[in-house]
Amino acid sequence: MSVVTVQLGQCGNQIGHEVFNAICGDIRGTHGLCSKKENDSYHNACKERFFSEEESEVPVARAVLVDMEPKVISQTLSIAAQSGYWKYDDRSHFCQKQGSGNNWANGYSVHGPRHKETIMDLIQKEAEKCDRLGGFFTIMSMAGGTGSGLGAFVTQCLRDAFPTSFILNHVIWPYGTGEVIVQNYNSVLTLSHLYRSSDALLVHENDVIHKICAQLMNIKQISFRDVNQVIAHQLGSVFQPTYTAESGLHYSRNPLGDLMETLVPHPEFKMLGLRNIPQMPENSLAYSTFSWPGLIKHLRQMLIANAKMEEGIDWKVKPPRLGCSIPSSHPTNKPLHFNTSIANLVILRGKDTHSADLGSFQDPSLYTSWLKPRDAFNVWKTPRAFNKYEKSASLVSNSQFLLKPLDNVVGKAWNMFASKAYVHQYTKFGIEEEDFLDSFTALEQVISSYSTL
Amino acid sequence: PDPSLSVPVGQCGNQVGCRFWDLALREHAAVNKKGIYDEALSSFFRNIDTRCGDGPDIYKGKIRSLKARALLIDMEEGVVNEILQGPLRDVFDSKQLITDVSGSGNNWAVGHKLYGYQYRENIVEKLRKTAEHCDCLQCFFIIHSMGGGTGSGLGTFVLNLLEEEFPEVYRFVTSVYPSGEDDVITSPYNSVLAMKELNEHADCVLPIENESLFDIVNKIHQMTNSGKLGSSVKQSSLVTSSAGSAKTALEKPFDAMNNIVANLLLNLTSSARFEGSLNMDLNEISMNLVPFPRLHYLVSSLTPLYTLADVNVPSRKLDQMFSDAFSRDHQLIQADPKHSLYLACALLVRGNVQVSDLRRNIERLKPSLHFVSWNQEGWKTGLCSVPPVGHSHSLLALANNTCVKPTFIQLKDKFMKLYKKKAHLHHYLHIEGMEQSCFSEAISSLSDLIEEYDELDATKDGPRTDPSRLKIAA
Repeated sequence: MSVVTVQLGQCGNQIGHEVFNAICGDIRGTHGLCSKKENDSYHNACKERFFSEEESEVPVARAVLVDMEPKVISQTLSIAAQSGYWKYDDRSHFCQKQGSGNNWANGYSVHGPRHKETIMDLIQKEAEKCDRLGGFFTIMSMAGGTGSGLGAFVTQCLRDAFPTSFILNHVIWPYGTGEVIVQNYNSVLTLSHLYRSSDALLVHENDVIHKICAQLMNIKQISFRDVNQVIAHQLGSVFQPTYTAESGLHYSRNPLGDLMETLVPHPEFKMLGLRNIPQMPENSLAYSTFSWPGLIKHLRQMLIANAKMEEGIDWKVKPPRLGCSIPSSHPTNKPLHFNTSIANLVILRGKDTHSADLGSFQDPSLYTSWLKPRDAFNVWKTPRAFNKYEKSASLVSNSQFLLKPLDNVVGKAWNMFASKAYVHQYTKFGIEEEDFLDSFTALEQVISSYSTL
Repeated sequence: PDPSLSVPVGQCGNQVGCRFWDLALREHAAVNKKGIYDEALSSFFRNIDTRCGDGPDIYKGKIRSLKARALLIDMEEGVVNEILQGPLRDVFDSKQLITDVSGSGNNWAVGHKLYGYQYRENIVEKLRKTAEHCDCLQCFFIIHSMGGGTGSGLGTFVLNLLEEEFPEVYRFVTSVYPSGEDDVITSPYNSVLAMKELNEHADCVLPIENESLFDIVNKIHQMTNSGKLGSSVKQSSLVTSSAGSAKTALEKPFDAMNNIVANLLLNLTSSARFEGSLNMDLNEISMNLVPFPRLHYLVSSLTPLYTLADVNVPSRKLDQMFSDAFSRDHQLIQADPKHSLYLACALLVRGNVQVSDLRRNIERLKPSLHFVSWNQEGWKTGLCSVPPVGHSHSLLALANNTCVKPTFIQLKDKFMKLYKKKAHLHHYLHIEGMEQSCFSEAISSLSDLIEEYDELDATKDGPRTDPSRLKIAA
């Protein structure tokens, strides 16, 4: 089954480009560390998922590029084509001239309805190219106007037009100290709307990735390109082909469906965090070796202690002692800073994955009591190494990972809303104070739900 | 990006405007080596084939003849005629001008009521025509001075017209405020009458004070003439310089100062014209920097003021550039933002600067700045890859800060000094359409504005109590 990617706004398009780059780079690479047969299988599964075979010398990404101003799309299209390894379909893009002015209301209430038909038409065409549609993957930032506002609108339209398809939103959380002054308003409006239409939100925080670039990748002058490449690597580590328990001897065909099934048992809980280790500069790869026990141990502690990367993990945090059957609405016995999970997915790629022991992730004390541990935890594997890492482990988690960031954003937005600052910029385009209040209410509900796990 | 239409009004406006077009052409020539008419150029210039009269616009391909997207308005002919006879004559055609001969006598009423009424239809028609050539207009730039008659009076009349005829298009106004030793006696009247219009009809105002421009010119003069740096300064990099542009060597006295304002406008629009990893369009500037409709006066500062041609002299560190942007030496008005309250701040960086440089400097500078309680992290940032001519990087800072209040209070005081004595009022009141109420409404509007800033200032050192959050039933 194939996934159609919708790249929205400057951020969405810049990241989307890096994602296809990373995926293409991975399948082209000779560092698969596996048999040719395995490699070919992997290659084909990936192609089916992300690229279409057209009369073109290079694979064509299954993507629709949307932006309200032309510079980024035109750059993205040309850089991709210049690579010589893959490209976008020249017709699969839509842009305007004016931009959304960082105004969510402009993206959602003005650009959305105005251009709905044209955009949905492009997406429909891309969907029809798929033999079997596996769902939609949208990439957007919450901070601006197009990715956030128009992105929320398009997600709604996708839900209406494809009621049974899976929709996964990849959402970029902006730097805490502003890229955009009204970013907290835009974020609150985006998240509350996406929550209604999408199946899950997969989040990357700029601050976190920035730290990874600084401390793990040793990059001195970090650019957005560096940040986007780390994000692309992490996404690739999740969406490249794997074997699931059900798929048996074949690479799983339904990545989005599988993801939703394993991680989102309840519609109130849709926030997914992502961790990927190890992460290091490319030139260090040759000198490093890792063991699965080591990687798994680190990943588990990152989960429990809510660590954002493999350095600076707080090893003192431990899961609560079992045997006290306290229902989940009374978290008083839980140690501070312990991150409770609803469901987790670990993905292992590379050498000797068959020997990896993931029993520690099945510890019931990590989870709420709703699901049996064997349902709350899943693992996908492939012996085919990813992106030159001999061993690579990813964790996609539906847990309290994003509780604090969400609470922060809502808090700041509320603080600003109380003074009514900037509200006139939104009402100008049809988003009223009641709409804000609805969004705040919806997110306080999500915060409350995650807090009482 | 969408085109912008510039409307310089009056002598000052047109002198600045002229420098702006000249430096814009210089900037694009430096970047656009192949002479292709591209998106960046199209935001300020049309490309036409003059062989067929006023030929149709050529949207792609080679540059034929560039025409500025502008409407030049002046009630005297001197400045505009000079432009039309100078090296920029081919950039404008006669249909883009509205001139008269007698000037406005430093009288806002003459500019606004008399000429406004007289030229209204002409202005609307020419605006419509010029706008027609733009696919989808993003913004208007009005450039004028506040103290005189034409720029101040007719300029604000045009501002009103723009709102009426093109309500959806942003209106950015660059206003030169009268200096302390201004020799026009009635400049307080003109300025306050104009302020009311700016309060009500502008989306963003960039106030400029001649004193600041003068100080910058002097500073550069000292740096370049002192033994230390002397001739090692790259001439084309001076924020005051016309070097490399079409202008001939003989510079007029105000050219250096006007070049600074022209550079402000170039930097303001750079991210809309050129690519970068974090674009910042003009509508984003208005969105992020104007939390309440009338508080739309932005303090601007530009850095660096020059670069060194001598590569052996270590270039000023990148971080120094950020510090400079918050120093009074680089501001275009005399104000003290560091000791007042920031409502919002935007940093538009050009050149080889990355997001980590931005973040490091924001973290470093933040503690010494006071931000309003509901916008503690109120930074809007933009990264444009293309630096200005002669520089490897540059920074434009725009601040919405209560430090503009003293400027407005001074204006009000000067106004009241004259008004109490009814000095020169008759020159205004005998113009048709002008009444005493125009004055009282104008001063009232200014007082209200000052009060809005006062209320915000009052919150500055107070205790911070965050409003309590919504409670959800379990």
